[in-house]
Formats: sequence, structure tokens, C-alpha cells
Amino acid sequence: MPKIKMPRSSPSLDMTPMVDLAFLLVTFFMLTTQFRADEPVIVDTPSSIALTKIPEADLITVIIDDKGKVFFNFDGKERRASVLQKMGTKYGVNFTPDQIYKFSILTSFGMPIQEMPKFLSLTQTEQKNYYQELEKAGRKGIPSDSLKNELKDWVFNARISNPKYRVAIKGDGKAKYPVVKQVISTLQDNKVNKFNFVTDMEAEP
Amino acid sequence: MAELNTDDGGGGGKHGGKVKAKKSSTKIDMTPMVDLAFLLLTFFMLTTTFSKPQAMEINMPVKEKVEDPPKIPGNQTLTLLLSDKNRIYYYMGADDPNLPPTVEYTTFANNGIRKLLIDKNKEINKTYDKVEALKKEFLDGKIDEKKYKVEKNKVVGDKKALIVLIKADEQSNYKNLVDILDEMSICNIGRYAIVDITTSETEMIKNVVVQ
Repeated sequence: MPKIKMPRSSPSLDMTPMVDLAFLLVTFFMLTTQFRADEPVIVDTPSSIALTKIPEADLITVIIDDKGKVFFNFDGKERRASVLQKMGTKYGVNFTPDQIYKFSILTSFGMPIQEMPKFLSLTQTEQKNYYQELEKAGRKGIPSDSLKNELKDWVFNARISNPKYRVAIKGDGKAKYPVVKQVISTLQDNKVNKFNFVTDMEAEP
Repeated sequence: MAELNTDDGGGGGKHGGKVKAKKSSTKIDMTPMVDLAFLLLTFFMLTTTFSKPQAMEINMPVKEKVEDPPKIPGNQTLTLLLSDKNRIYYYMGADDPNLPPTVEYTTFANNGIRKLLIDKNKEINKTYDKVEALKKEFLDGKIDEKKYKVEKNKVVGDKKALIVLIKADEQSNYKNLVDILDEMSICNIGRYAIVDITTSETEMIKNVVVQ
């Protein structure tokens, strides 16, 4: 009887479909991805059943971190530059063109305007350390109390540059209510009576 | 980095005579390319954020003092005082110094504030049961969204419906505020307002016996 020979299959397999799929997915993720901007604070927002999406453009975000420090962010490169100059004139702080450019590509920020020129001349890693320094000195966050309310001027000037801006408050769940109340009251002083609270999604019971 | 492994058996040009064109294999090693593709895939999958945050819409009244503030009937007003340890102190009616209201407290649990709000609303607003019936009809597809909203607003905005005043004190945090506003939309409370707490109300909280 002759021996039965097993057919020898080649060990290399055709990878083409797999590669096709992999590249398809890569393309998909590349096109849909939006990079999360590097924020100076991490905020853990509370959740709600609200389903409204926040607008992507024309948005002012007031961020309140867990210690009650206030940060500010708004979009539009050119508008940011002009708002910074206006703030500088108001508070007597001068900015170099390089600093203004750096501000226009920055995301959220939180410090008194006097600290701004020094902050803007630092590199990205140095900026992080500078926040820690400010925190030690108790100067982190935009002043928003009744004695010195820079937040009010930021909102005011930003809204002059673009009246279409909508305001969203992104607060940490642990932030104390008086700070939130102060921020809301500041917005009301600027005649912003309609705003949004940014929250995480939660299923309706 | 990427080199093609061309198979040329070696020694093609040794023989004299005819010059044969090298027959290289049509297959190339795709492994490095696949490695790279998957590396990119993993990177983009991990960095991408799909769920955009939701937003809750808030309308505050204009800050200027109104000459004649609207009077609200005391017997349908529920005042919620948010305080520390996620507690909600509440009382019905007006804060009358001659006849101090009884203050109790509850929590954010499902059988706490939610039950309280729905029960109180049912007590006062006789048409409140309609909301649930409407919602069921809407989910079953018997009525469209527009009609559902119009009908719901009729019930929710009823003159006899419960009015909730939300007053947060200095001990409460932002999460409490968002939670209570969320509770308003869950319990279909049409009329509510965020109001500043008064000193007599902070006293009330202190006087409540906590078990």
C-alpha cells in the first residue's frame, strides 16, 4: 500500500485582506479624530440626562476646577489676539507680538493678567511648572470675586469681538457652590442670562 | 527600514552568453507595513474621543431689580435647601417668621428627592398623571414628538403645578446643583428657580435634628 502524503501547505498566508481592513480603519480614525487640546486642568464634570450638544464653534468656556479656581477659554485665533490686546490696554500690561501669537494658539488659561506676559514667554513644559508656582503663591485662576473681577472683562471683551459667542460652564463636581454662584453672577452682569452647564451623559431612569 | 527581499537565487551573471533578465519574485514582505498600519490604528483608536459632552441649558432671570416681583402662592411652593453631605433640606410653603415651617431632609437617592418631588406634584397638580400616560403614548409611537411636547408643557406649566425654589448654601457643591436641576427635568417640574439662600433658612438647616 502506498503511503498517503499530506499536502504541504505554504506557511505564508495571504495578508492582503487584513492589510486592506487595517488601512481602512486607519483612514477612518485619522479622518474622524479630533485631538483633545492640552488643558491645564482636569475637570470631572457631573452627569445629567440632558441631551443637548454643545456647539463646536463660537463658544466661551468657563472652567471651574475642584478647588474653585476659574479658567477661561474661547475659540478663534484672530479674535483671541485682539481680545488679549484689549485686556492689556485695560490693565496696563504690554505684550510683544510673539506673546500675542502664543496666546492665540493657547487653549484654556487661568491666571491674573499681570502674570500673563511672563507665562506666554515660556515654553510648554515651563508653562506647566509655572502653574504649579502660581498655585503655591495662591495666584492660580482668573480673579473673579467682587473685589477684582477680571473674568467679567474677559467675558465682556470676548463677546464684543464676537456677539455670537455662547457661554458654557464646565465645572468640577467637587467645586463649591459659592464659586459657581459668583461665576453665574458675573455672567449675568454681562447680560448673559442663557448659558450651558457641560455635563457627562447619563441614561434617563 | 523597509527593504524588499528580492529573491535572486545568486549567480545569474556568471555564465557567459545570453544575459537573462533577473526573475524576481512578485511577492514582497508586507510584515513591516502591516506593523506600521496597526501601530497607527492603535494610536488613533486610543486618542480619539467619540462621546462629545452633553450640555444642560440654564436660563437665569435678568439681574436688575424688578419693581414688583411676581407673587407666588405659598401652598404650592416647595423650597429645597442644598447643604453639605449631599443633604437636601426642604419645606412647603412660605418662610413665615410667625409660623415657621417644618423642615425635613432627604438625599439624592432615587427614593429620596425624586419620590418627594413626584408625590408632592401629584398631590397638588391633579393632571400630573397625564405626563406618564403621554410619555407611554409617545414611546409607543401613537403621538409624534411635537404633540408630545405641547401636551406635556400644558400639564407641566399648569397654574396649579408645583413650584420649586432651589437654594444652595455655602457647603453644597456644583454636583449637587447639577443633580437637582437634572431631577427637575426627570420629575417634569416646569417651574423652578435658583434663588439665593436667606439667613433664616441657614438657621433652619442648623436646627434640623439629624438622625
